[in-house]
Amino acid sequence: MIEARPLPTRQRPVAQSAITGGIGESVKRPEGVLKVSGDFPYSSDLWAEGMLWGSTLRSPHPYARIRAIDTTQAAAMPGVHSVLTHADLPGRKVYGLEIADQPVLAFDCVRYQGEAVALVAAEHPEQARRAAAKVRVDYEVLEPLSDPELAISGEGPSLHEGGNILRRLRIEHGDQNARAEVVVSGEYVIGMQDQAPLGPESGLAVPDGEGGVDLYIATQWLHVDRDQLAAVLALPPERVRLTLAGVGGAFGGREDLSMQAHACLLALRTGRPVKIVYGRQESFVGHVHRHPGRLRYEHGADRNGRLVYVKASIVLDGGAYASSSTAVISNACSFASGPYAVPNATIEGWVVYTNNPPCGAMRGFGSVQNCFAHEAQMDKLAQALGLDPVELRLRNAFQTGDTLVTGQPLEGPIPVAELLQRVLSMPLPETADASRRDLRELPGGVSNTTHGEGVRRGVGYAAGFKNVGYSEGFPDYSTARVTLRVVEGRAQAEVHTASAEVGQGLVTIQGQIAHTELGVSQVVVLNADTRVGSGGSSSASRQTYITGGAVKTACEAVRQRVLEMARSELGDQAGSGENWRLADDSLIDTSGRTVIDLVTLLGDEVVSEEREYRPRPTEPLDERGQGKAHLQLAFAAHRAVVDVDVELGLVHVVELATAQDVGKAINPLAVEGQLEGGAAQGLGLAIMEQVLVKDGKIMNPSFTDYLIPTILDMPPVRMEVLELGDPRSPYGLKGVGEPPAISSGPAVLAAIRAATGREVSHVPVRPDDLLDL
Amino acid sequence: MNGEVREADQVWPGESLLWFLRERLGLPGAKNACEQGECGSCSIYLEGNLVCACLVLAGQAQDSDIITVEGLAEPGALHPIQAAFLETGAVQCGFCTPGLIVATHDLLRRNSEPSDAQIKEALAGNLCRCTGYAKIIAAVHLAAGRLVLAP
Ligand code: FES
Ligand code: FES
Repeated sequence: MIEARPLPTRQRPVAQSAITGGIGESVKRPEGVLKVSGDFPYSSDLWAEGMLWGSTLRSPHPYARIRAIDTTQAAAMPGVHSVLTHADLPGRKVYGLEIADQPVLAFDCVRYQGEAVALVAAEHPEQARRAAAKVRVDYEVLEPLSDPELAISGEGPSLHEGGNILRRLRIEHGDQNARAEVVVSGEYVIGMQDQAPLGPESGLAVPDGEGGVDLYIATQWLHVDRDQLAAVLALPPERVRLTLAGVGGAFGGREDLSMQAHACLLALRTGRPVKIVYGRQESFVGHVHRHPGRLRYEHGADRNGRLVYVKASIVLDGGAYASSSTAVISNACSFASGPYAVPNATIEGWVVYTNNPPCGAMRGFGSVQNCFAHEAQMDKLAQALGLDPVELRLRNAFQTGDTLVTGQPLEGPIPVAELLQRVLSMPLPETADASRRDLRELPGGVSNTTHGEGVRRGVGYAAGFKNVGYSEGFPDYSTARVTLRVVEGRAQAEVHTASAEVGQGLVTIQGQIAHTELGVSQVVVLNADTRVGSGGSSSASRQTYITGGAVKTACEAVRQRVLEMARSELGDQAGSGENWRLADDSLIDTSGRTVIDLVTLLGDEVVSEEREYRPRPTEPLDERGQGKAHLQLAFAAHRAVVDVDVELGLVHVVELATAQDVGKAINPLAVEGQLEGGAAQGLGLAIMEQVLVKDGKIMNPSFTDYLIPTILDMPPVRMEVLELGDPRSPYGLKGVGEPPAISSGPAVLAAIRAATGREVSHVPVRPDDLLDL
Repeated sequence: MNGEVREADQVWPGESLLWFLRERLGLPGAKNACEQGECGSCSIYLEGNLVCACLVLAGQAQDSDIITVEGLAEPGALHPIQAAFLETGAVQCGFCTPGLIVATHDLLRRNSEPSDAQIKEALAGNLCRCTGYAKIIAAVHLAAGRLVLAP
């Protein structure tokens, strides 16, 4: 049996609180007490006796050849214990989620500004930073390739073997020559968004003295980190042990390695624990971003507003390294036409290498960029047809039995029309006379830029969807170990997985499932680590489904053993044991009578089972982009109400409203939190968030210049949560996390267009886009 | 320092109070989300004033009274504001939470029944990337109600 592995920290030891309810209840998070009292050990809070600090020297150039690196001066700096370059790497020199193309430390050349070149470990972080600055790198600066269209054209330098087209995908659905009576087209530009989790990349690597290492880390996927690290460190995987430290948000930004390998390399070299904590500026180059994109669309419809065809060309900028780009473009293309039935479609997608910052996973994963485009197109089409925008959507909304453009049939409840009708029928916020409103509720807020003059209100709608779980045949599974035993006179269930709590509430949900399945009031969820099988990543809205499924399956196995124990010990009273169940810390018969309590039944026995849960497999898309590539689809609709100061181009979002089908709300309070938080990130991309990149360089790597919504920017979110039940998933649940971030932003754009009458096609909308500038 | 005298030697003059608290005193409750005064995750009381600890040099805090999130409640107990954040679902990843709790504490001692607009203005310097803020506003109202009943 496994005991929880403690994190190296000096924080006060405070126990997690008990998980007090089962599925369907708004159970409080067990680690919440630690989080509100400052005692939750985040990855940047860790500490070990004698630890050193790591610092990373990064490339100032987006593209340059490395002629030579000289570390002599750096190594002689005070407090320095080690300086490492690529020449010191013991194992594989590159890593990556899908394609190992990213250097652990640059050799030969650097391909983006901020690429890691050298590492220093020193007694104090300032000593490490100063020493890193003394590493001499002789660069031959090259002209960066910063235009994705140029990358497609084949001109410019080839950044990787095999050229700059990372993946090209073509989906052909129905008649490729379809024509229509009403045609609208548009080109949409989506900026680069940053996940901006508040917790910076950080962790502590502790050498075990025998050549192996323990890494305490904030990540989204312990096992994939471990496997990449083992290759880089040239160690067998069992000598690279990972334990999840507290994660300060993720949103896709922690799928790729950041400082993991660097801390382990320094720790193994110095024989001392090494901590690395990025500052905010470093964080902007330390993780991948949401792909910026250029999307060209043409929609054709008949006079009744029935879609005839959609043609789309989607170009995403993958930046310098592959990360998860090939999967992102697959999503972007699969869902390019939105949650609408379209008989004919031609979708072309490219994701390319450039010398821009690497892009990869972010909440919504390819479905966000295209939603801005297809929803703008639907509004344009409605206008061309003289139809109400929601009415047009209702006429084309996906229904059960329709197919995706990839040919995959839609199964189970597909409530697109219902979600739209729900947001349509929610009451609208009052339109108080703008001149009498509180300044804080007007565009510009306390900057006091208007007292209501020039303020126009607009209302907009959008619907969106994406898949839950991995796609295109990528193996999806999770592992859980569940143990039932008596601890201090009480029956206790313990759940152990390697699945990452990143703030979404996975720990609570695992406990709730055990609470329900085993009828045990005392449930403990062990901290995630690699001593148990992989849980897969906390991404693709998949953990409640897949890890939830694994916990449920392991609980069922434990329950089976407990029932067998009971039957053999108590004798099966006329076969009634078949129908006994576990509830209230006891074994209960069909009449509700307690057969035996668990403490008595278990005695010293420890019942422990580890199980994998695998949903049905998906298939790769073929050369025409056809195939059952996706597991489950999740839908949401949003309505946005905005006030725009049309003289200054300032936008205030007055209210967001949403309806989402979650299948079954395992924790209703957590569901609300996902719907509100996801909507905030959609709003951010719509009106304020953009990583500005010029000639391959990030111009705004700080929270001073990269703006995320504050409490003043974020309006209340009205919501209706539907629980229509997916017949194939555990408890009928659907993944919840991503849909809120998909159609929220496009609804804001639609509302801005309604308020201003302008054809806004750049996301985020800038004041200049709303003025004649 | 939360009612105790704490000392450290050989402090580099460029060290921020935030780093000093977190790394020298072993009190990492105040968080390091930006270290540039933009997020409020490092909010603490310095001589009774709400400050961003990342913007204060450790040396400037010599002989000062400091209260961090770790010092708001008796050991083993929760302050009503902390309990309210937990109950309303205002905590997801929680990285913003200690700063928000200290900032809320400062708001409620000045204004025991703040309106939504007043809450938003007071907490505008505290970023949260997870929650969308609705439940944070709910938490402040809940805490305010309880503190008015039992100050
Ligand atoms: S860490 Fe001090 S304001 Fe962000
Ligand atoms: S709860 Fe994660 S930043 Fe606020």
